[in-house]
Amino acid sequence: MNHLLQLHQHAGIYLILAAFLLAAGIFGLIRRRTLIGMLIAGELIFSSSALNFMALNRFTAPDPTVGQIFVLFIMGLAAAEVAIALSIIIAVYRNYRSIQPKGLSDLKG
Amino acid sequence: MNVSAATTAFPFSDYLVAAIFLFFVAATVAGALIAALTTRIIRSVSGLALCCIGLAGLYYFLNSPFLALMEILIYVGAVCVTIVFGVMLSETDEVLPERYKHKPYPIFGLLIAAAVAGAVFLGVTQLGHGLPWRKPAAPVAGASWTVAAIGHALLTTYSLAFELISLVLLVAILGALAIARGGREKK
Repeated sequence: MNHLLQLHQHAGIYLILAAFLLAAGIFGLIRRRTLIGMLIAGELIFSSSALNFMALNRFTAPDPTVGQIFVLFIMGLAAAEVAIALSIIIAVYRNYRSIQPKGLSDLKG
Repeated sequence: MNVSAATTAFPFSDYLVAAIFLFFVAATVAGALIAALTTRIIRSVSGLALCCIGLAGLYYFLNSPFLALMEILIYVGAVCVTIVFGVMLSETDEVLPERYKHKPYPIFGLLIAAAVAGAVFLGVTQLGHGLPWRKPAAPVAGASWTVAAIGHALLTTYSLAFELISLVLLVAILGALAIARGGREKK
């Protein structure tokens, strides 16, 4: 019981949670049939790596600022990725009238 | 943040802390499941927002209230809202392909996705649990968890990363404008 009460002081629960987020993201990335759904799954994978960094930063790193700065970096990259991906999705929708990845099979080149 | 010191003040504070922690864990798991499993995209975005709120709580438990606020500000406030705008600007709901209209739902791809995701989960869990995570032998001198320490490090040791991320964001915004604008004259 005492162990359960101190659950938030163990690195294991955070690492398992990060693994779960990674698995959920990969599942969504494989299964989704629209580009926005795949983008959301990619965000889950980003979140899993950020949580992993924060957990190891809290429990094993000698300097606690490093992991926090790296997670800020990941958040900035995720925001940039969302901006680019959504603009690509909107451009694709304007040309194809659909954002199903299956239909996007011809290149202009 | 210091939980053990609070136990003397209030006898049930341990239970309270554990309950809040489990609530945030449950919010993260439920949000990830909703984001990955629903067919309506707008529900999936809501699941992502719920997942990010849970993650913000976990960051608070990991000693970093600054990153908890940043998570809510950037993910819930910017990323999810932007995705919602993307959903509104395009037709997004998953429709079954024509050839499956009169056949049973294609279960094969679902099984493959579940198998891959399960294998990744088991593998990474084994990896994270099997290694002996140790505390560092000696913390760096002057290491602290305050926001002031993060700001100081961002402008001294990690100033290159700071400038790089601002450059990446600027280029991403310009690129997004350029890409979304192309082809607009067609119609």
